[in-house]
Amino acid sequence: MVTHAVQDSVSAVTVTDEAADSRRRVQPGPSSGLNRERAWEVAAAVPDPEVPVLTIEDLGVLRDVAVDGDRATVTITPTYSGCPAMDAIRDDIVLALTREGWRQVDVRLVLSPAWTTDWMTDAGRRKLSAYGIAPPTGRAAARGPIPVRLAVKCPQCGSLDTREVARFGSTSCKALYECRACLEPFDHFKAH
Amino acid sequence: MSEQSLAGVSSRFARSTTDETSVVERGSAATETKRDDPHGAVTVEEVVLSAELAGAEGQAATADVAEYALWLGDDALILSQQLGAWIARAPELEEDVALANIALDLLGHARSLLRYAGSYDGRSEDDLAYWRDEPEFRCAWLFEQPNGDFAQTIARQLAASAYLFELYTRLQRSDDATLAAIAAKAVKEVEYHRDHAVQWTLRLAGGTDESRRRMVRAVGDVWPYVDELFRDEPLIDRLEGVAVRPSTLRAPFDAVIDAVFREAELEVPAGPVSSAGGRGGSHFPTLGYLLAEMQVLARQHPGATW
Repeated sequence: MVTHAVQDSVSAVTVTDEAADSRRRVQPGPSSGLNRERAWEVAAAVPDPEVPVLTIEDLGVLRDVAVDGDRATVTITPTYSGCPAMDAIRDDIVLALTREGWRQVDVRLVLSPAWTTDWMTDAGRRKLSAYGIAPPTGRAAARGPIPVRLAVKCPQCGSLDTREVARFGSTSCKALYECRACLEPFDHFKAH
Repeated sequence: MSEQSLAGVSSRFARSTTDETSVVERGSAATETKRDDPHGAVTVEEVVLSAELAGAEGQAATADVAEYALWLGDDALILSQQLGAWIARAPELEEDVALANIALDLLGHARSLLRYAGSYDGRSEDDLAYWRDEPEFRCAWLFEQPNGDFAQTIARQLAASAYLFELYTRLQRSDDATLAAIAAKAVKEVEYHRDHAVQWTLRLAGGTDESRRRMVRAVGDVWPYVDELFRDEPLIDRLEGVAVRPSTLRAPFDAVIDAVFREAELEVPAGPVSSAGGRGGSHFPTLGYLLAEMQVLARQHPGATW
């Protein structure tokens, strides 16, 4: 991991708050619940700022969490190279873990291995669909000179009779579709 | 965070392409965090960019590697800046969004590559983007070609994305782990850009007499600058296994273009080829104006935030 790590615009983020220190009675350590499982749980609950129905775990953005005493190191990967949500996600992770008692939270950004929608959890796919965004179809890796595109199911009525209106949508990860059965427009999370 | 940094530019693209709903949701989520926070005002101190670059991790090994990253980073940065100018001016709303999204991807590539280039001598991505003068830029002339009309932008996109796809496909196997990681991420994105350019090329060439006339003219205007992309400079000889040899990209590039042009009933222009010279710091006359617009704020108000 380390040799492939590309530490981008993110590095040590130090949080200081003296009032919090005085309120914090429990000494940090394994007995206080500052373990890796808890850190993962807290980081995994951070929502994506642009598709707030998904957590960063659902999206596959959360890659690793390491804990050393009261210090947590969280590794995330961007969905797209220019994804501007990474700064907000980083700050949200720092705030969430700090609130749970970690004294120092480092967020690392890695580019490799490159993110793919194949990492999206099944729970994430269901949540997207319920939210009105058609989840990615098929596997991103199936690529050739002639792209075979699977039909995208309308998240409103379930029809497969849909068409792409625009290849690009409100965020990098989405395209705009419309359903020919119920005539509703909808976002599709592109397989990537 | 300084809004004039490249990071700030990314956020601005995001705001221009994010729908109202998510902006509102983000706003209320932020307020909620503040209110619910049992620790009161928690401040997040971001370490200054130059300090982030001090780490040994992901540091360019030699001046040659840094120079190569600078070449590729400048290509992406200048093309991104150009496409950004289409926002709110494209022929249809969907194209505003499409070109902004493509620009955002390219800005991401530029940030990764320039950050890596600067890691060799301690300069930040912002130092490289905003504080170099024209002769210090290393972009190729194709990326510097003015937007022109929509057909010209599409012709430039077609050549640029077909080239970048072949380049990043091979750069994924670079001996340099950082360049390989950036390329592996970028290749998936530029493939989508290429697809976008191909579809518009077919549509404009096969559309009305007017759209076809403009597409033919645009290809003629852009093509003299294609040749420069495939020239092997001395730097490439010193980066065996790290850099991709440009001349090896010519055949796969031509194969893609031939297929598209056959379908679109266009011909590869046989006219003269530009001597160009971007890798050596000689640039197309319009680059200076583009840089002036891109750099004026950072230079006029150093360190400004809002």
